[in-house]
Amino acid sequence: MSVLLEAKSGTRHLLMGNEAIARGALEAGVRVAAGYPGTPSSEIIESLAKVSGESKLYVEWSVNEKVAMEVTAAASFAGLRSLCVMKQNGVNVASDFLLHLAGSGTRAGMVIVPCDDPGALSSANEGESRHFARLVEIPLLEPGDFQEAKDMIKWAFELSEEIRNPVMVRSVTRLSHASGNVTLGELPAPNARAYFKHDGPPMDPMTGVILSYPVALKHARQQEKLRQAVMRFEQSPFNTYSGPQHPELLMITSSACFLYSQEAISLVGAQDRVGLLKLGTTWPLPPELMAKYLACSQKILVVEEVISFLEDEVKILAADLAAKIGIKTFYGKKDGSLPAVGELNPDRVAAALSKILGIDYKTVPETYRHRAAEVVGAAAPGRDLTFCPGCPHRASFWSIHTALQMDNRQGFVCGDIGCYSLAMLPSGYSTLKTLHAMGSGIGLAGGFGKLDMFGMDQPAVAVCGDSTFFHAVIPALVNAVHQKSNITLIVLDNSGTAMTGFQPHPGLTVDAAGHSAPGIDIAGVCEAVGARVQVCDPFDLQRTRQTLLELLEDESGVKVLVLKQICALSPEKKAKKMYEMKVDETLCLGENCGCNRLCTRVFKCPGLNWDTGNRVSRIDEVICSGCGVCAAICPAGAIGKKEVA
Amino acid sequence: MEKATLLSDPYNVIITGVGGQGNVMASRVLGNMLSVKGLQVTIGETFGASQRGGSVMSHLRISAASTWSPQIPESRAHMVVALEPIEALRVLMVYGNPKTKVLCNTRAIQPVSVICGDADYPSLGFLKQSILELTENAWFVDATAAALKLGNPIYGNIMMIGALAAIGDLPMEREDFRTVISKTMAPEKTEANLSAYDTGAQMIHSKNEPAGLTGDRTVHTLKNG
Repeated sequence: MSVLLEAKSGTRHLLMGNEAIARGALEAGVRVAAGYPGTPSSEIIESLAKVSGESKLYVEWSVNEKVAMEVTAAASFAGLRSLCVMKQNGVNVASDFLLHLAGSGTRAGMVIVPCDDPGALSSANEGESRHFARLVEIPLLEPGDFQEAKDMIKWAFELSEEIRNPVMVRSVTRLSHASGNVTLGELPAPNARAYFKHDGPPMDPMTGVILSYPVALKHARQQEKLRQAVMRFEQSPFNTYSGPQHPELLMITSSACFLYSQEAISLVGAQDRVGLLKLGTTWPLPPELMAKYLACSQKILVVEEVISFLEDEVKILAADLAAKIGIKTFYGKKDGSLPAVGELNPDRVAAALSKILGIDYKTVPETYRHRAAEVVGAAAPGRDLTFCPGCPHRASFWSIHTALQMDNRQGFVCGDIGCYSLAMLPSGYSTLKTLHAMGSGIGLAGGFGKLDMFGMDQPAVAVCGDSTFFHAVIPALVNAVHQKSNITLIVLDNSGTAMTGFQPHPGLTVDAAGHSAPGIDIAGVCEAVGARVQVCDPFDLQRTRQTLLELLEDESGVKVLVLKQICALSPEKKAKKMYEMKVDETLCLGENCGCNRLCTRVFKCPGLNWDTGNRVSRIDEVICSGCGVCAAICPAGAIGKKEVA
Repeated sequence: MEKATLLSDPYNVIITGVGGQGNVMASRVLGNMLSVKGLQVTIGETFGASQRGGSVMSHLRISAASTWSPQIPESRAHMVVALEPIEALRVLMVYGNPKTKVLCNTRAIQPVSVICGDADYPSLGFLKQSILELTENAWFVDATAAALKLGNPIYGNIMMIGALAAIGDLPMEREDFRTVISKTMAPEKTEANLSAYDTGAQMIHSKNEPAGLTGDRTVHTLKNG
């Protein structure tokens, strides 16, 4: 049984931050949850989807974040508590609706959980959702540990219902994708009925129409709601202080940085000199609480990740309160005490702290560090990222790369977001030349494809995954067809949102809860909008390359090549070899072949190694997934494949 | 619940390896075994893109008292469990100190740079020697070979958990392992996992077993400071 369904309150469990958030939503009586997969947020919706049957929830993986937010808002309008989840850049996608939603207001509690990724551990950006809370004027909460990740969700639902507006609870990778002990609370009985009342007085928030018009009036009402939220923030249990009454330095922090700050203080041994104000309610800041703590120290260090947000807000407040609290010296991003890029950790905070306090802090004797660097330099070769053994993308990019070389017009590929983004690296033959947001590959290619009137004659190619296709590619595809842009779109269809853990998308015949669902055919959609469409199995290298060469030569508009092969890590394929692979050592000519070790030096599948002793290639049976593709690479026919029964 | 006592509080463990080796699973099993003992456990995981062949690690903070940061400070690891030998070195460089203990699976996973001929993979002898330059305590086991005998290389992780229990620094008990495994995995897999756990423990306990199943415990003093 999932711990999310554990009925006994007071029991303690080791939960991932994302599971704690999901449990918090269940304890708050959430009825509808929706999101789009994205690391580090995905396990929240996944966990809720797994218990959706028992808990009587509606949970969906929406086509994109904006739609997810609309779906959850509808539930709120109809009187059901709802949760909307996404990674940081998903908020950009949803923000147009969010701006209007914040203006129109909500009914039943609606909580938005963006999971940010400071340091871009699994992102192409280190964007920040906190700024959106301020931008659209909704309350912002940030849990500082795993227990709070659960407890704060329930509190956020209550706040949302009190002010009748969405509340943002922002998490980060080091909470969402970390685990800690959490004591559970009560699970309410599932009991709710949906009804959208819309025939009351137009301005009545609970029975009238739900609009952001009349704008000035609704906007003023929204700001009044924020003032109400701030009054609750003044008393919030999530704002805590520890340390001396009059510290030499006051640290102000939130989120995972709370744990780093706490540890940094003990690392440098400054418990008697430093006070730590941990804020759970980070926008708008509660002025009375802030005044109380700002007054007790002359020096303030704000600890937060990436660009300054809390620091700016604290400084604005300190200016307003100057007469009361006096002049302060601030440390943080602006003075360079902390880096404005990348994630923080206890060491980075300890370094800032020791410098400000004049403490000599060293982590390890320099001699050890030097020796370790020497040893690692001599004995530990670097480990570049690569496609998994048996990954269809390796085969696809092999063909795309070869076809563009054979075409010989300096053609290029615009990349997109997914595992296949790795094709910007040598392991994907450095095929991608641009990489931006979801759906931007075809958007850019469509633009390039219109530059022929300025003399551009390079073939423009875009790649996208199957989930990305539905998320953001369709509008740009339609645009390219309508504008008669001369491009080739390659859909790398591996039957799932592979990078984040095989969440279903509208192209599949199953939904988030595992029920059957109508799947939408990608090739059919492309044909319907007027593109020329071909479908190939990327494991068939020759046919894929040939088809692509033909499409590159066709200059009549938008061509689409769907390369369909299931991800090697998908549950149905994992640990099942299609072929038993073997290198025939009598046929492999090694370095005398003239192939320049094509299989290991260029193709570079981790399942295929160079045997330095015997000077031939060999299969690593632990790593090889048995896809059979390398058999077609070897010019000497030395790599054999035998079908596994 | 009576809380176990720890050699240090927090006791910091790093489990490292290559994406796809089951690093996250191993850290969760260990974390849950210690959590069952009433300890406060924080696990910081490296996920995402690192799944695809990159170096991965999980940080475990084990404490009787409180929740610690999901990232271990530099040089503060008490124990490094390496599912792959060169990853042990990489972790020691940042998180090690002369007292850090290392439990190392000796099975190599070649990086792309080695596969394509840009770099050489060092010999196991050289790797062992290099690890022993950086720590006084290291155990080397060939868990992958033993796991292949059980039918799946992924059992190597569980053997490492069994071996870690046998080293004895942490309050890990076989019964807690059974409890955790039976809650998180299919029931028909419990026996195979228990057998893998025992094999791992055996690798540390018996020093005179045949090659491949030997827990090669070596004590070595750090040279050149």
